Amino acid sequence: MIEVLRSGPLTTIQDLGRPGYAHLGVGRSGAVDRPSLRLANRLVGNLEDAAGLELTFGGLALRATESITVALTGAPCEAMAGGRGRDLFAPLALAAGDILEIGMPSRGVRTYLAVRGGIDCEPVLGSRSTDLLSHLGPDRLRDGDELSIGRPNGDAPGVDVAPVRRLPDEPVLRVVPGPRADWFAPDALTVLGHTRYEVTSSSDRVGVRLDGPPLERARTDELPSEGMVEGAVQVPPDGHPVIFLADHPVTGGYPVIAVVHPEDVAAAAQLRPGQPVRFECVRLG
Amino acid sequence: MRRMLPAGHNGLLVECDDLADVMSLHRAVEASRPTGVIDLVPAARTLLLTFDDTTTRSDLTAAVANVGTAEAIAPLDRPEVVIPVTYDGGDLAEVAELTGIPVDEVVRRHQAADHIVAFTGFAPGFAYIAGGDSALNVPRRPTPRTRVPAGSVSLAGEFTGIYPREGPGGWQLIGRTDAVLWDLRRETPALLTPGTRVRFSEVGS
Repeated sequence: MIEVLRSGPLTTIQDLGRPGYAHLGVGRSGAVDRPSLRLANRLVGNLEDAAGLELTFGGLALRATESITVALTGAPCEAMAGGRGRDLFAPLALAAGDILEIGMPSRGVRTYLAVRGGIDCEPVLGSRSTDLLSHLGPDRLRDGDELSIGRPNGDAPGVDVAPVRRLPDEPVLRVVPGPRADWFAPDALTVLGHTRYEVTSSSDRVGVRLDGPPLERARTDELPSEGMVEGAVQVPPDGHPVIFLADHPVTGGYPVIAVVHPEDVAAAAQLRPGQPVRFECVRLG
Repeated sequence: MRRMLPAGHNGLLVECDDLADVMSLHRAVEASRPTGVIDLVPAARTLLLTFDDTTTRSDLTAAVANVGTAEAIAPLDRPEVVIPVTYDGGDLAEVAELTGIPVDEVVRRHQAADHIVAFTGFAPGFAYIAGGDSALNVPRRPTPRTRVPAGSVSLAGEFTGIYPREGPGGWQLIGRTDAVLWDLRRETPALLTPGTRVRFSEVGS
């Protein structure tokens, strides 16, 4: 069992989400930075789809009530256990009674904690993910919560540390033209590709909201709501783009000018308020 | 003519002729379920297909192109769902004014029509119910309500919608129901899924 001493600004249980239910109005949800959760699971010998914790701006403190193995990935932050700093991106053994305290990330937003055996809770539609938009899955963590751990499945950890790339100061996200690129002024994609946007503080698991020169529409009529994909760059009437993340609505009524490359969605998920970001328009392969 | 629009590396957005065409295409693609399809998201004029790396957009484009257009939409072979409604919504007078139809006639026409669920979305269990009397088409409220009670029966455009839980919303409220739209204890949590036939019936009538 894991005892949550301090839940931090926002900590949720996440796995790889619940794809396949969009026709019921249920989005995929799951870890917004899926590669980081996968890596954390691999480091503790779990299958990649085991449920772990997604920390938003760190701040989590927990006590192990039994000996457990955990790993931290994603946004790097200070981790203290037994009075000394511990490495991220590595399996970390905690003895019964050990307290693990996680600080605020120095870059990025979301840190992932996997525990050998996975977090065990009742799945909803095949997933243990918390969908904050649809209010599905387990509640966000609260101080004093006790989390059950599943039975280990798969091989024991076999590495000391995983090499990872440092999160960039000014990420460049590759995008391809979206289904409604023709709803925008002819130069709108060029503007998108040549603008340094700033991430706003209203960004969340639904989407990253950006500030910058507004993207002009060529058509001002109302778009009937249509299906949305992860990574969609949707442009509301104010012209400021929003990049959809894991908890995005299944359908939306604003045109999508571009879609972020699937391999760059994780980088979008780690964008901090105030951070600059740019787009690079590429062709759909 | 359907148009095929790319929606990123793993999405294909098919723009259809009209809602009936979306529904027939959705039914056909759901039945054939091409390899690699993850999700089908029908909407008012479009069907979104998302897919994994075991297929390609060109394969799916070909699969969709082989589906005939405007095939008749036979309702699914399942029982009609009857939704009991108390017609006392806060926008009933507004709907009467917008349509020029008296309130009691709005209520009568809403019950008389053969409705069918076109698609879902907006929230888990929220169904866009089509097939209503076209005289009852009304725009959304100019200013959405910040709080719409669960079970509110409402109109917008060509659709009736029922709010599965309390939340913000801009549809015109005509009544309320005790029907449970979303229940995770059921095998299919959503009461109303695409293709389901629906009839509205006034409580106590």
